[in-house]
Amino acid sequence: MLEIRNLRAKVGEKEILRGVNLNVGAGEVHAIMGPNGSGKSTLAHVLAGRENYQVTGGEILYNGKNLLAMSPEERAREGIFLAFQYPVEIPGISTTYFLKAALNAVRKHRGLDELDAMEFLSLIKEKIKLVEMDQALINRPLNEGFSGGEKKRNEVLQMAVLDPHLAILDETDSGLDIDALRIVAGGVNALRRPDRSMVVITHYQRLLDYIVPDFIHVLFEGRIVRSGAKELALELESKGYDWLKSPTAALH
Amino acid sequence: MQVLESKEHYLALFRQSRGGGAPSWLSRLRESAIASFAEQGFPAPGSEEWKYTNLAPITSVPFGRANGEGKTITADFFASAFVEEGSARLVFVNGAFAARLSSVGGLPAGVRVVSLRAALGENDGELEAYLGRSARYREQPFVALNTALMEDGAALFVAPGCRLETPIYLVFVSLAHEQPVQSQPRNLLVLGAGSEVKIVESYIGLGTGNYFTNAVTELVAAEGAVVDHYRIQREAGRGLHVGTLEAHLSERCSLTTHAVTLGGSLVRNDLHVVLDGEGAECALNGFYMADGDQQVDNHTEIEHAKPRTRSFELYKGILDGAARGVFNGKIIVHKDAQKTDARQTNKNLLLSDHAVANSKPQLEIYADDVKCSHGSTIGQLDGDALFYLRSRGIGSDEARSLLSYAFASDVIGRVKIPALRARLDDYLADRFGRN
Repeated sequence: MLEIRNLRAKVGEKEILRGVNLNVGAGEVHAIMGPNGSGKSTLAHVLAGRENYQVTGGEILYNGKNLLAMSPEERAREGIFLAFQYPVEIPGISTTYFLKAALNAVRKHRGLDELDAMEFLSLIKEKIKLVEMDQALINRPLNEGFSGGEKKRNEVLQMAVLDPHLAILDETDSGLDIDALRIVAGGVNALRRPDRSMVVITHYQRLLDYIVPDFIHVLFEGRIVRSGAKELALELESKGYDWLKSPTAALH
Repeated sequence: MQVLESKEHYLALFRQSRGGGAPSWLSRLRESAIASFAEQGFPAPGSEEWKYTNLAPITSVPFGRANGEGKTITADFFASAFVEEGSARLVFVNGAFAARLSSVGGLPAGVRVVSLRAALGENDGELEAYLGRSARYREQPFVALNTALMEDGAALFVAPGCRLETPIYLVFVSLAHEQPVQSQPRNLLVLGAGSEVKIVESYIGLGTGNYFTNAVTELVAAEGAVVDHYRIQREAGRGLHVGTLEAHLSERCSLTTHAVTLGGSLVRNDLHVVLDGEGAECALNGFYMADGDQQVDNHTEIEHAKPRTRSFELYKGILDGAARGVFNGKIIVHKDAQKTDARQTNKNLLLSDHAVANSKPQLEIYADDVKCSHGSTIGQLDGDALFYLRSRGIGSDEARSLLSYAFASDVIGRVKIPALRARLDDYLADRFGRN
């Protein structure tokens, strides 16, 4: 589904990704861990098409297509979803209005009929149960004044409604207390499907207790230096990230 | 036409307009106003209060009196002027009252609304007590010009304690063809103690000709009155509009104003509120939207004259093409106005590289125990917000429209009349290509 080959990217003059290789198959959940500044969020944003990052080398194939040639909206319509670490607040548009516009853009691209207001309302009422979110929130301006937990629930709600093939969760656990984390992770787990892949980016092992990945990769200084099964998370938890800094660590 | 000749042009219009039969107080008022206009003339290019706005379109054309244009106008334009079917309304065409388009049936007994011309004809004693008393014609040349030349407009008197649920619309239609036409609408709104009223002034231009509207509204509110005032301006492409609202508030009055500017090639709005009683408060909302080479200039001045007065101000503008938007917000806190609370915000969204916004807060504070804040921003659409929308599948153009709409709806959402809010919302949605 997703093949990242020798991806290099920079922000300004600073090279952040220095040759990332990663294959994600259909239905697989991959976790990407790593210390601050290792390039995790950059990878997430490059996948979603953020223009502030300049790709300087390598390629990304998504379902066999050249992902880097697509605009952010094309990627979304093709089924890529990024759950933001810091969801943007937009006064003046409600979640409902925004999400209906987004869903209809995606549906149109997929050759499906656009949903009218009533149809959309019944869809969102069903999906909102997944994240145990207060329905009043979705009629308020998008994310404005939402707590950290409410924003993350809103991200997962959007994911549920937009029905992506590849979901990238960028530090979805940051800023959540344990109850909110449980609810958000529960929502994500309910969306796991044999034809839906996920890339879960996190600094801490904690999230992976709830969203159990099939594979774990360690990103360090812009490269994936270790890959393994879920047990790798426990190793990272006990050792921390400092051991990566030794020059030979990547060889182990 | 040079500025000087332009002044002579209006002095000549004044000489032509002098007829017999006017009450002596009114003649004195007009004479005093025209003398003041003759002395001041039109603001010189670059003068402080008119720094960013080029008045040449007004001073270079000899706008004359309307000559029967618009006699055949029908009510079809009401929706474009944001006027509700069946609402109480006075309609004026090129400055003159049009009875056949107006309807004021069904208003409660405490409300008297008539055309100013009719009221002047009857030498209404209440007019003498209020007309020209708040308007600053000695300092403001356009107010002086209006006071000298005013012929018609609305006179509204609301009795103490009278609460009016439904809004009253005052609609000013300009229609010009080949001949450049001017009008000088004048409104007087006198609100009794404890009364509650919603007033919508709507200015609209039809036709393709060149015209100039110079409107003045005086609003006087007795203690405890609650007033919701709208000034919606959708002049035609070649319309020039100078509008002044002079509001005088007594103790515990609450005034909310909404200045919405959508059309016209040159628009200047002057809004002056005097909080002249303890506990009086005002909320000034403004929205302006301009593209092409439109110029929109909003000057507001709030005087906190008495203790414990509060003002809140939010003006937002969207500027595209080579448009220019000006916001000048003056707040004066007088010496005795302790415990004043004043907050002012102006935000401008620039949608093109050629659009220009000028934003200037001006605080003059002579009391020592006050809270005053102001903030002003001029910027483009937020890149993070754009990316957020696009990352959900919304196309780049649609994301831009949606964010512009969102920017506007923050102010338009403050409109308290549901039908009016819905119409304005539809207008914006159309303009941003969402319908």
